[in-house]
Amino acid sequence: MSTEITGATAGTTERATRGAGPERRSKPVRSDRARAEARLGWLLAGPAFVVMLAVTAYPILQAVYDSLFRYRLTAPDDRAFVGLGNYGVVLGDPVFWQSLGVTTVIMVITVAIELVLGFALALVMHRAITRLRGLLRTAILVPYGIITVVSAFAWFYAFDISSGYVNSWFDWVPGISEDLNWFAGRGTSLFVIIASEVWKTTPFISLLLLAGLAQVPGDLEEAAQVDGATWWQRMKRVVLPNMKAAIMVAVLFRALDAFRIFDNVFIMTNGANGTTVLSLLAYRTSIGRLEIGLGSAISVLLFACVIVICFVAIKIFKVDLAGARGEK
Amino acid sequence: MRRRSRAIAGVAVLALGAGLAACAPADDTPVLTWYTNPDAGGQALLAQQCTEEAGGAYRIEVSVLPRDASSQREQLARRLAAADSSIDLMSLDPPFIPELANAGFLAPVPEEIADQVSQDVAEGALQGASWGDELVTVPFWANTQLLWYKKSVAEAAGLDPAEAPVTWDQVMDAARDQDLTLGVQGIKAEAYTVWINALVESAGGHIVETPEAPAEDVALGLESDAGREAARIIGEIGADRLGGAGLPTQDENASLTQFQGDSGSFMVNWPFVWPAMQGAVEDGTLDQSFLDDVGWAVYPQVAEGTDAAPPYGGINLGVGAFSEHVDEAYEAAACIVQPENQAAYFVSDGNPPSSTVAYDDPEVQETFPMADVIRQSLEQAAPRPQTPYYNEVSQGLQETWHPPASVDPESTPQESTDFITAVLRGERLL
Repeated sequence: MSTEITGATAGTTERATRGAGPERRSKPVRSDRARAEARLGWLLAGPAFVVMLAVTAYPILQAVYDSLFRYRLTAPDDRAFVGLGNYGVVLGDPVFWQSLGVTTVIMVITVAIELVLGFALALVMHRAITRLRGLLRTAILVPYGIITVVSAFAWFYAFDISSGYVNSWFDWVPGISEDLNWFAGRGTSLFVIIASEVWKTTPFISLLLLAGLAQVPGDLEEAAQVDGATWWQRMKRVVLPNMKAAIMVAVLFRALDAFRIFDNVFIMTNGANGTTVLSLLAYRTSIGRLEIGLGSAISVLLFACVIVICFVAIKIFKVDLAGARGEK
Repeated sequence: MRRRSRAIAGVAVLALGAGLAACAPADDTPVLTWYTNPDAGGQALLAQQCTEEAGGAYRIEVSVLPRDASSQREQLARRLAAADSSIDLMSLDPPFIPELANAGFLAPVPEEIADQVSQDVAEGALQGASWGDELVTVPFWANTQLLWYKKSVAEAAGLDPAEAPVTWDQVMDAARDQDLTLGVQGIKAEAYTVWINALVESAGGHIVETPEAPAEDVALGLESDAGREAARIIGEIGADRLGGAGLPTQDENASLTQFQGDSGSFMVNWPFVWPAMQGAVEDGTLDQSFLDDVGWAVYPQVAEGTDAAPPYGGINLGVGAFSEHVDEAYEAAACIVQPENQAAYFVSDGNPPSSTVAYDDPEVQETFPMADVIRQSLEQAAPRPQTPYYNEVSQGLQETWHPPASVDPESTPQESTDFITAVLRGERLL
């Protein structure tokens, strides 16, 4: 995709310098070099593209197909075509909308907190003394290296009323006492789920932002400093605008990740107290109840939500990802 | 050119390696894979014993399933739906047997094996191993919950559960008066359904009235005096915080931890707690004086004078319908469930036998002073609803009856009936 864009841009530039005659504006002629580049792009990306089709597109299409049937794994003979009936059941059910709400809340809160924390960490890593930088990066990355299920269990046992230590360590905080059962209420359960998610994935977002920070030309910042810009002005006018693409990638990736949250909820509450998220609902329907049709319908709707998020993020940030390559 | 020939050579070596690996086991003894629920290693030991006894007729290999019963069912059902021929023997939780049997995932039990393995088996265990009057699995071990209590607490309340059965109200009053907590399982999981079912059955009702009906015709029996009485007990324990702050997340292990603490008083739990408490004493984390204070009795009654219907659980052995060694698998199952093996398994892992004669084993009597109470409890025990849609019924109950404090005898039974019926008709999500 990006190769196409590059080719087109290169072609336009060439035409402009040569001052070529009238051409159809809609389809610019590409130079040999651009064509070769496009071909090379396809050759390089081709194998990955085929693999993607096999492992991503095929299951998605299969799920769409399955979602049109009433199909229970333990009663394969009763399988019947119901058209969009499964979607009707799912969309007409408060459980679905409630899960969608919980999922959105988790996504928005975690991404917002992680963006601020991650940026702070990225600044620290960026500015840290060279000798400490390696150590610092490793230390910050440790939570991200832990398997989500493991970190979920660690957080669960820390907060659990019978085995946890949080209640006795923090009993000086108003509202926390030995009797507080974190996983018995909705708000407290969501707090632990979100906190563990933030702890685990902030390193990821900070790494992406660090890459963005590294792209901001140092002389721009120096020039601003010479002109007497304050720290805040430099951040706002120089650094942030120059790393817009990096922020967009970070937000998009994390938002999609957070929207598909599963492990933490599955381990900590398994959906009790109104903490069911969409992935868990899909899991419970397809895997738990073995209702393949109904479960596929939920999965397809989840997929649709993910596409909407992608679309909205790209529109809001108005960023052409090719811009990140410094071609503009 | 040279590079290509090297690549071909590499492929050839790989292919050769794969071929060799496939030919590696030289003997052609049928290998039976036994999917077991996690235990203290007793099933692996039985597998080894029966392999030796078979004298080369088969070899049993053990493969461990996930920890909780629902995940075990998920894994087995998915694999069986895909006609997995590697599933020879399965350790099955009884409530899920109707679903697998109804779907044709279990190989029929040969007649001579059925006769052999149903001798001297507790009635409840035999029921749990059947689907529609027919034995579809081999009864292995049968579990039941007892009432565990601190003798000092019971004495202070003027109760002697070992002498005369107590009621839920008496137990609740005792905990309330002495400001102690009851050990019950209020977690939103299978353990909670076990509790609800035991209360409904003890009150003389049934959660499902028509267990063998197709999904859309399943009739529930919660909107009855029995259902309302069960709801009253659970709601009161929840609202009055008699189960402690941990009740909504309390499973069997958490109940045991709470019971061992200062606030513990009475607890309903499976017999595994006895070896667990003894182990804690050996490890030095629990005082011997505590163990001396622990008493046990049959499950509490709902209505005074009417025998309780304690929970029934355990494990039965199923043979996969797609197994390539069905006959050997049934021979192995018959070997595994021999009464002396069940007795040894009880002693090693704390899981009670389904065979009534196994309780007479002297070692069982010595290790489990409560063995006779367990046998009596098994005779009274009632299974959970034996319907192919058990998973929906159980999860629907958990959805509407959780947390315990929210249970209202006036509204909860009707709410859960409406919800579960709608789910079974495919009109609602779970």
